[in-house]
Amino acid sequence: MLKGGAFAAVLTLTAALGTSGAADTADIAAGEKIFSKCKGCHQIGEGAKHRIGPHLNGLFGRKAASHDGFKYSKSLTRLGNSGLEWHADTLDAYIENPRALASGTRMSFRGIKDAQERTQLIAYLRTFSDNPANIPEADPTATGTDHDLDPEILAIVGDPEYGEYLSSECTTCHQTDGGDDGIPSIVFWPEEDFVVAMHAYKNKQRAHPVMQMMAGRLSNDEIAALAAYFATIEE
Amino acid sequence: MTLNRRSFIGTTVAAGAALSAPMAIGQGKPRVIVVGGGAGGATAARYIAKDSKGAIDVVLIEPTRTYYTCFFSNLYLGGFKEMDELGHSYGNLAAAGVNVVHDWATGVDRDAKTVSLAGGATLAYDKLILSPGIDFVDGAVEGWDLAAQNAMPHAYKGGSQTELLKAQIMAMPEGGTFAMVAPPNPYRCPPGPYERVSMVAHYLKANNPTAKIIVADPKGKFSKMGLFQEGWGNHYAGMIDWIGADFGGGNVSVDPAAMTVTIDGEETKVDVCNVIPAMKAGRIAELAGVTDGNWAPVNAADMSTKADADIYVLGDASQQGDMPKSGFSANSQAKVCAMAVRGALTGSKVFPAKFSNTCWSLIDTNDGVKVGATYEATDEKIAKVDGFISQTGEDSATRKATYEESEGWYAGITSDMFG
Ligand SMILES: Cc1cc2nc3c(=O)[nH]c(=O)nc-3n(C[C@H](O)[C@H](O)[C@H](O)COP(=O)(O)OP(=O)(O)OC[C@H]3O[C@@H](n4cnc5c(N)ncnc54)[C@H](O)[C@@H]3O)c2cc1C
Repeated sequence: MLKGGAFAAVLTLTAALGTSGAADTADIAAGEKIFSKCKGCHQIGEGAKHRIGPHLNGLFGRKAASHDGFKYSKSLTRLGNSGLEWHADTLDAYIENPRALASGTRMSFRGIKDAQERTQLIAYLRTFSDNPANIPEADPTATGTDHDLDPEILAIVGDPEYGEYLSSECTTCHQTDGGDDGIPSIVFWPEEDFVVAMHAYKNKQRAHPVMQMMAGRLSNDEIAALAAYFATIEE
Repeated sequence: MTLNRRSFIGTTVAAGAALSAPMAIGQGKPRVIVVGGGAGGATAARYIAKDSKGAIDVVLIEPTRTYYTCFFSNLYLGGFKEMDELGHSYGNLAAAGVNVVHDWATGVDRDAKTVSLAGGATLAYDKLILSPGIDFVDGAVEGWDLAAQNAMPHAYKGGSQTELLKAQIMAMPEGGTFAMVAPPNPYRCPPGPYERVSMVAHYLKANNPTAKIIVADPKGKFSKMGLFQEGWGNHYAGMIDWIGADFGGGNVSVDPAAMTVTIDGEETKVDVCNVIPAMKAGRIAELAGVTDGNWAPVNAADMSTKADADIYVLGDASQQGDMPKSGFSANSQAKVCAMAVRGALTGSKVFPAKFSNTCWSLIDTNDGVKVGATYEATDEKIAKVDGFISQTGEDSATRKATYEESEGWYAGITSDMFG
């Protein structure tokens, strides 16, 4: 189901680009409506300024957290420094669930679960970047983002006792009381977000050498076990 | 003021008497004795007490009341941390059910399964975990012995030695010379001497910019060498003279009375001399008879010694395979061991061992680098699975983030050790 959604999103964009070179005007119009969810914090278009969030002009192809005049979370800054750029695929992942991509982001937005809505919103956003028609929707090799995780992996029921042992590997750096100085908190996470984030490290979609290494050797069952354990310590 | 060994010899605590009745096996709660409340021992004691929920009697023997971490002690030398920030007490461990006994373990009777303490008590154990850290090999550096540690400090155990070294660096005359005698492999914290050189250089650059640093090294290469040398060139050009094995760095002697260092026949008068001698397992491991040569060989699956299945050795003192001797490693090994010991004593589930390590080093303000790896237990050893290292030429934002990460790690590991 999740996979299907992502596939449809790519198809929509490809179709839009393939023919006229311009995004589907119906999508753009729908996206403008959806943008009302973002307006509380972000401005876009002529004269747009940073407000609670940075303005969104010229977003495509820009390094994450790269406006000089805006104070980003450490988390997003770190992602930007490790190479995250805003393209259709990365925006799609971020908008779907901001915290799954950047755990410490200050964008307190639950995300948009509906893939089509995200596609429409992204189509709208891209009209405010230079030469929107020439913006590729995603690198062909990109394996997609968080949401293409196999539903079977998400459905695995983890063993919290095993997770408790495995978690001791996390707590050398991540504090169990949720403290965050330089290393993000990993407690109080919904189980699914935890699984999605760990797989994004495992598949090297999220950048961080330590976490890629740690997640890289965890099996699907082990990630589920960790998520189950961290869910049990949620108060 | 920090605490030294002498102030604790002869100290007994009230708990000693209550603990001293040897326990008959199979009666009452099983007892685990942990010797050494550092990165390995504090973690093991805390995890066994926490996870066994009162089913195991956990006794931690540690002479000092405040543990000063060696990790970040170089940052103290560089002026980035205060000594107070590096001190940790055992109060939370006691509150979590660990019986903390402030005394020295002086002997182990493997047949009787007892540990004797300097204060006179004898404690029985079902399982004994030793994490005593390191001691120095006698005669490793010609002219130096422990009696010379005030004139030429090692500062390779936390607390007062580190303070002494810093005071000496601060008292250096303008344009003076700081010398380091680096240790041969294997030793505690492979990047430690070179992070120290960086931090001393950082301090001198700001306070005594014409001062010089000489390093006599018996090794031809060292941990994160490319990263350190790049950093030294960027930040401290012309200040540091590293003399490796190929240039006679291993042929060294010192004279603590005259304050001279002789490297490959050439004598130099120095103002500070930091001698980091060759290392071996903390002496109690040797007294327990579980060492072979300088270190205690252990089984990778649970950290039990090859010599005695009821004695486990963690951290720097162990000879385990591929992991570097670091606080991170000791903490990682302690958790594997705690799980195995609980399993053996209470029948709780035992999962396959997983180990990991990351060592961060600071080269200059906001210029942090790191190296890390994951490990697994094989029949012969703890074997490396996968690893990474910071790259030369990284941008400053990445280096800054790496430094900030190290601060997060410090907060994380110390709360993982001490609760
Ligand atoms: C300058 C420097 C920088 C370092 N930086 C880092 C770093 O950034 N990251 C990192 O991971 N590691 C670092 N390390 C290494 C780290 O400090 C050690 O690897 C780690 O402390 C080892 O843990 P341990 O439990 O084996 O020994 P320790 O932590 O040394 O603990 C041993 C304890 O045992 C006690 N003890 C000894 N003998 C007895 C006895 N007979 N009876 C009772 N108690 C006893 C001692 O008092 C001590 O408290 C650094 C080390 C140095 C010197």
